[in-house]
Amino acid sequence: MLEIDNIHVAYGGIRALNGVSLRVGPGELVALIGSNGAGKSTTLRAISGLLRSRQGRIVYDGHDITRAATDRIVALGISHCPEGRRIFGGLSVRENLVLGAVRRKGALEEDLGRVYTLFPRLRERLAQAGGTLSGGEQQMLAIGRALMSRPALLLLDEPSLGLAPLMVEHIFNVVRELKRQGTTMLLVEQNVHHALDVADRVYVMETGRITLEGPAAELRRNPQVERSYLGR
Amino acid sequence: MNTRRLLGPLAAILLLAALLAALQAAGLAFWQGLFVNIGLFLILVLSLNLANGFTGVFSLGHIGFMALGAYGSAILTLPLREKQSYLPNLPAWLAGVHLDMVVGGFPLGFLLASLIAAGLVALVALLVGLVLMRLSGHFVAVATLGFLVIVRVILFNADAFTRGSRTFSNVTPYTNLWWVWAWAIATLYVVWRLKESPFGRAMLAQREDRLAAQAIGIAVMPPRLLAFVISAFFTAVAGALYAHFITSFSPTVFYFDLTFRVVTMLVIGGMGSVSGSVLGVVFVLALAELLRRLEDATQLFGISQSVLALIFLLVIIFRREGLLGQREIALDRLFARRAR
Amino acid sequence: MSLLYYFIQQLVNALSIGSLYALMAVGLAMVFGILRLINFAHGDMMMVAAYLAAFALFAGLPLGLALPLMIVGTVLIGLLIERVAYRPIRGAPDVAALLSSFAVGQMLQNGTLLWMRRIGRPDQIAFPAPALLSGVFAFGPITVPRLNVVSLVSGVVLLVLLSLFVTRTTLGLSMRAAAEDLDAARLMGININRVVASAFAIGSGLAAVAGLLFAVQAGQINPYMGFSPVLKAFIAAVIGGFGSIAGAVVGGYALGTLEVLLTALPGIGDILPAGMVSPATQAALRQWLPSSLAGYRDAFVFVALILMLLFRPNGILGKRGRDEM
Repeated sequence: MLEIDNIHVAYGGIRALNGVSLRVGPGELVALIGSNGAGKSTTLRAISGLLRSRQGRIVYDGHDITRAATDRIVALGISHCPEGRRIFGGLSVRENLVLGAVRRKGALEEDLGRVYTLFPRLRERLAQAGGTLSGGEQQMLAIGRALMSRPALLLLDEPSLGLAPLMVEHIFNVVRELKRQGTTMLLVEQNVHHALDVADRVYVMETGRITLEGPAAELRRNPQVERSYLGR
Repeated sequence: MNTRRLLGPLAAILLLAALLAALQAAGLAFWQGLFVNIGLFLILVLSLNLANGFTGVFSLGHIGFMALGAYGSAILTLPLREKQSYLPNLPAWLAGVHLDMVVGGFPLGFLLASLIAAGLVALVALLVGLVLMRLSGHFVAVATLGFLVIVRVILFNADAFTRGSRTFSNVTPYTNLWWVWAWAIATLYVVWRLKESPFGRAMLAQREDRLAAQAIGIAVMPPRLLAFVISAFFTAVAGALYAHFITSFSPTVFYFDLTFRVVTMLVIGGMGSVSGSVLGVVFVLALAELLRRLEDATQLFGISQSVLALIFLLVIIFRREGLLGQREIALDRLFARRAR
Repeated sequence: MSLLYYFIQQLVNALSIGSLYALMAVGLAMVFGILRLINFAHGDMMMVAAYLAAFALFAGLPLGLALPLMIVGTVLIGLLIERVAYRPIRGAPDVAALLSSFAVGQMLQNGTLLWMRRIGRPDQIAFPAPALLSGVFAFGPITVPRLNVVSLVSGVVLLVLLSLFVTRTTLGLSMRAAAEDLDAARLMGININRVVASAFAIGSGLAAVAGLLFAVQAGQINPYMGFSPVLKAFIAAVIGGFGSIAGAVVGGYALGTLEVLLTALPGIGDILPAGMVSPATQAALRQWLPSSLAGYRDAFVFVALILMLLFRPNGILGKRGRDEM
């Protein structure tokens, strides 16, 4: 479904990605783990066209999107829920959600309903400004907003960052539910326990490269992963 | 310092002096006027470069300093007799001042007047700078533009000092080729030395990255402020030179068109490059002169400004660093041995 | 009693000039909000609009035809400028963008000059004020220039329409989202080019209306007429909190009020009716607010701008901005 082949990204002289290749199959939940600054978020930003790769190819559903504009990538069915949530703080919750569906026409109420089912809390906050929500509610809003475009592929960047344990559980339950409904996902996560728990396959990144890959169950027993990320 | 390194600049100065002497002897009014213009704009652009190019604090208010220098020096040098009839409402402390003495053929009064005027302007710049330098980027640009407007409003309204909107004339014509170029060389020298000094490196460092400069312990304010004050000083000198060259002017001269002209020269030459400023001045003045002739020939007035603005725009779009960027054409290497 | 009328007249003045500033400031703020670009050529768009209107009226077109013609023409020019001069330097340091807008302004000014000279007109021409905008309305003993009433009404109507647009339409919503967080807006699938072009189009259209009203007020137009209004609009936007549309509106009216105060207060000692205040107060007013201060109005306004930038850089309505000022 998504095929990344040898992409290189640099920000102002600093090489952030050095030949990254990965693959996400239909219906799969793939996790990308690694330490801070390994290039996980950069990979997602390159997929959604916020950053340009200097070489290599990104192919999605048969379309070469290496150089496509972000709005076209979104229209093709990729939705990116960014790191730090990035909700529109001055806009109401409802306006935030409506913006998520900006590329599609019609069926707005139906999609809103779907988001409310996943996150009943948002329904109570519709008229409130996004910036006044709690951290967990903002994360729900960010995921809900990303779902409004009915993505075929959802890119989730650090959905559990800075959340209370109970909220982390809630968010991961939603991720499981989305998976059950058949949404393909590429998940970037610091919380390796949870990531290995929900993912089908995992890629490990270090300093701009993929260093390890395999089924989640297999990586969980990998001594290197245990040492570096699971702290055993 | 290696004496060989002095050879290049020295040769350039001698060449320039010979050229000026030849111009003087030949009495070619047009070329003399052009060279006075080049010298004046050189001072303006170099000073602006000091403030804008090196520190990255973009001032659009410098022409206000120029205006203050021009009016200051003109008022200070006005002979006593003329002063009473021309500016009857001057306050007493100023009415008695007349720096019009000439010692052995040298107009000492003019030198003093321009130094005093420029010194006062530097003080104004210090005050303005203390307030404005805390802003950054385009906000400082617009705030300094506000300063320009304030100066203009004051010039128009302070009748007792400036005759308001009426033309200020009868300024003694002291300025000639030598005055202009002596000051231009002085400005060039000071700006050059500042760029090469540790202080200059601090300025460039905080221009590149304010946070990083702060992190390695470079204070942001002092270099910015110093650059701003020195550049205001020389800009005011250019104003004094202009006043005593043109001999009559009004507040309208010192406004946005002139500001834009100087900024054009700076940006086309390359912000942060001393030799770029020289190139920018010569390039724009030569082009403006050619376009002016084209205008006269075709009667299409306004074309020269439009073309200059277009070139400026193209430079910003396609070559944002200007002709030279921050590089230099190094005269001091001209005759020096190759570096190891 | 007459003092009350004086007050009402000044209030209408303040609101009408405030409307013009608000119309201008909104355009600046919309573009700034999205692109961090201070578009100085905005004032020159206003000037171009005034010339378009003048020539439409010279040609004998009725106001009802001249007005839309002027607006459409200005919007097209605004879109063209965005495409050729601003889009190529998007992402450049903000000073480069500011300078680029100066260059665009110079080209518009000199282009207009060139055109005037070509057709053998003087640089400054009298503006043919349409009947609707000349003369006065009399409400009992109070007379108010029609122009002021029209400015006030059209300002309010257009700003209300604008606020409906940015809250009720998807495009308007997209504009607000882009102003808050450009990258996040991209991730929604919002076409940023389209949003920016819309901001320029709307800004140009509002500037066109402001240009017509400014031209009627001044009675004459020249290629440099946009300079002062764009500076004022900038101040208005800063007062309200740069980048926010609501802030620009509030700032516009605040600036209008400030200006009218600065015009009306100097010399007030001379016009107060006898016996209204004690002679001592009247003398003090004469001494401290002499009519000669009125000439310094713009200087005070700019001092206000600088104070605002220093102490409340986010404006009256401001919340914390994304970047330091």
